[in-house]
Amino acid sequence: MQQFVNVTLSGLIQGSVFAAFALALVLIWRSTRIVNFAQGSMAAATSFIALALIQAGQSYWLALVVALVSGFVLGAVVERVIVRPVEGGPELNAVIVTLGLFVALQALIAIIFGSSFESFPAPFGVRGFSIGDTTVALTPNSLYVLGAVLVTMLLLMALFRYTRVGLAMRASAFGQEVARLLGVRVGRMLTLGWALAAVVGSLSGLLIAGGGLVYPAYMDTLIVYGFVAAVLGGLDSPIGAVVGGLLLGLALSYVSGFVPSGSALVNLAALVILMVVLLVRPGGLFSSTTARRA
Amino acid sequence: MSDPHGSTAVSAGRGGGTGTATAPILEVEGLTAAYGPVRALDGVSLTAEAGRITAVLGANGAGKTTLLRTISGLVRPVSGRVTLGGEDITRAPVEAMVGKGMAHVPEGRGVIAELTVDENLRVGSLFRGKVAKDEFDRVYEIFPRLIERRDNPAHTLSGGERQMLVIGRALLAKPRILLLDEPSLGLAPRIVAQIFGLLRQLVDSEGLSVLLVEQNARSALSVADVGVVLNLGRVVVTDQARTLMADEDLRHAYLGF
Amino acid sequence: MSDSQTPTSTAGAAADAAPVDATAAANAPSVQAAGGRSFLPKSTLLRHLLILVLGAIGTVILLEITDPFTNSQLAQLTYYAIAAGGLTVLTGLNGQISLGHGALMAVGAYTTALFLDAEDPLPLAVIFLVAILVTTLVGALVGVAAARLHGPYLAGATLALAVGLPGLALYFKETLGGEQGLRVRAPRAPDAFESFIDTVSGNPPTTTKWLAYVGAICLLITFFLLANLVRSRIGRTWRAVRDQEVAAELAGINLGAWRVLAFVVSAACAGLAGAVLALVVRLAAPSGFTLVLSLALLTAIVIGGLGSLTGALLGSALLVFLPPFVTDLGADFGLNNTEAAQLAPFVYGVVLIIAMIFAPAGFVGTVRLRWLTARAKRAASARAASGG
Repeated sequence: MQQFVNVTLSGLIQGSVFAAFALALVLIWRSTRIVNFAQGSMAAATSFIALALIQAGQSYWLALVVALVSGFVLGAVVERVIVRPVEGGPELNAVIVTLGLFVALQALIAIIFGSSFESFPAPFGVRGFSIGDTTVALTPNSLYVLGAVLVTMLLLMALFRYTRVGLAMRASAFGQEVARLLGVRVGRMLTLGWALAAVVGSLSGLLIAGGGLVYPAYMDTLIVYGFVAAVLGGLDSPIGAVVGGLLLGLALSYVSGFVPSGSALVNLAALVILMVVLLVRPGGLFSSTTARRA
Repeated sequence: MSDPHGSTAVSAGRGGGTGTATAPILEVEGLTAAYGPVRALDGVSLTAEAGRITAVLGANGAGKTTLLRTISGLVRPVSGRVTLGGEDITRAPVEAMVGKGMAHVPEGRGVIAELTVDENLRVGSLFRGKVAKDEFDRVYEIFPRLIERRDNPAHTLSGGERQMLVIGRALLAKPRILLLDEPSLGLAPRIVAQIFGLLRQLVDSEGLSVLLVEQNARSALSVADVGVVLNLGRVVVTDQARTLMADEDLRHAYLGF
Repeated sequence: MSDSQTPTSTAGAAADAAPVDATAAANAPSVQAAGGRSFLPKSTLLRHLLILVLGAIGTVILLEITDPFTNSQLAQLTYYAIAAGGLTVLTGLNGQISLGHGALMAVGAYTTALFLDAEDPLPLAVIFLVAILVTTLVGALVGVAAARLHGPYLAGATLALAVGLPGLALYFKETLGGEQGLRVRAPRAPDAFESFIDTVSGNPPTTTKWLAYVGAICLLITFFLLANLVRSRIGRTWRAVRDQEVAAELAGINLGAWRVLAFVVSAACAGLAGAVLALVVRLAAPSGFTLVLSLALLTAIVIGGLGSLTGALLGSALLVFLPPFVTDLGADFGLNNTEAAQLAPFVYGVVLIIAMIFAPAGFVGTVRLRWLTARAKRAASARAASGG
């Protein structure tokens, strides 16, 4: 029983990071109809920047802020310079561009920061809480992770629902041409969308790094998991991203925890889940049948 | 609400045959636009006078929609000029048009389906910055059907309601001229009459100018002052609406009735 | 009927105008246009046979005049090109992108390694056929799943495959060797080969050279078959499925089946490539089949132009000869070995980005595009001159 609780808890914690990453993917998909395969490398880049600061003696929190800000800038630059020329064109072109960015960025990280495995500090304790005699797989750090993801989502929700910028971004995402006719600076909104998504991506990169090891390719699996989670929830649905992330986190945790030698099969399990979703319900759990024509 | 352009209020109804000259609000000269090698517009010239409804008519594929899209900047013209209130807007970016006083309601209405009715309206006024609440109330007054729907996603609206929504949204931009692309499409005649009646009222009471593209020439001519007939990207004839209505041969040849 | 229609053709493009837009998938080699001035035989099969023979002769010459190190590089080239050839047909002709072909190569490699490990291994050709068969089966499975996907969904799914499949090697540690992988015992060159080399050039008939020949033979056969496939009814149907889905379906074409076929063919190529790789590298390990491999293949076919076999060959040459060049360059700039090694993937990524933004039709494709445009202009002016 206790193992079940622990496996569930760690699944949820991991799942919340998947959810954040999936959310970043969904943000970009909704606004520009592109899956940003480079999201992981972008996040890794900002994590390495943070790491450099930490290793130079700065506090984790300063490094966090710097990482998020550089994520913002990176996202904006990438959209404006690299992605804009292929937006609205054949989807294959955009896929290849983001893949190219993925490879280039990852190699660049290795060139600048080296390929070795480095440990990344966690801002809070990583020993599980004790309840009576038993230690639960819930650590102060995991509470931080959950909290950070939750706060981010609430902020994003508030932004989109209650602010004018949020409304402009949604209009740009759902009706680009109409929004332009209404005077919305759609280009800027798309750039902003990418920038915000990159911030969320950076955050998930930092959260998953904390207390573990980082190396240039450390986000590779998270790209896959984030994508699977986003597809599971429905690429068009932010709520779906969150639910998908949590479900996926749980599923993978169970595979890893209860299937013998399951940890080697985790990636394959993600693939299986992806294929099942794509074949059975390609729109995802929260696929909406909203008529997108007006 | 006073008309900011000072154009003389003209008697209601179509025609404007009293001879009161009103300044042109929109002038199109020799506009040519192409999709690849196909010329959708070939040297089109027209004038929309302030405080009038100018109808652009013609069969499918005549270039009516392309005309509006070129005027509002969605399509880049090959040659020609578009002037709004004296200002050359031929190469102005699309996003700047509302700021200059031109609101374009596109073909298909352009309702943003995922947003609510209220949010759709708010998008229409975003570029203006802060907009007083009573301006929204006024739109709801003009289109009371929208009140009960205000928090529903726009895709739940019927065709007629959508048309009202997008006109209301355009009004929130406080335009000098309204470009309307086939508002009657897919709507029951009763609703069409309602909407056109509303348009006429807005024009007469507030001096709004309208450039109306319609395939339903009969309804359009019943409410317009001036008619411009397009065929294969060229202007065939421009005249007072009542004159066009009376010309049976023309109607049969180009307007389908 | 010109098959230059692409997903981004602007509406109303005249039927005999050159392709208006260069897109990633625009560059399918077109059916031989009427009146092509060519000194090659008219019949496609004969033409390809002639090229095959010339290619074989050229290969022998190339392998004999170069040193053993270059021989091994050329061996590398063969397996990249085989995989790239299949992939360019899949992506270029049929519009399906795949990031999983590195994983499929792994299937071919591991199968080969396992069969060569036997006490008395089967003849090499048989083992290769087995590797192709196994990979084809896996490819069919993946292809069936992939047939309903497109664009980013397909990319994501194949990405998951590329990241997930190596896990199997770790799970089945005993048979598949885990992280270390499986050593491959390359078979010795047959006597016939030794006497052949002796007669032709007198060079020492090393195993390296033998493996290079094996790879070259596989490459020549594969490209011959692929070239014929591309020009055949099958190739045309693939292109129809890619470009005009609705029309194809209405014509009674089963879209899914044809997509699976394309996937299967490309998987077979990947399997063969993996088999050759196993021989040349003498090792089948997860580290040899990373995501970067799949992305390198993608770079090769993008640079060469999607759908072009020549382009696939050129792109593969890039994959082989660029890394050492770039690594040396990096060392000159003071980078250490591991860092300099990353310059090659960096270049791949940059190339992909730049290619998509500026020349989506690839190098070969852009050349072809210019040629077609020039030809169309000449035809148009000729018609105008003759009073059209």
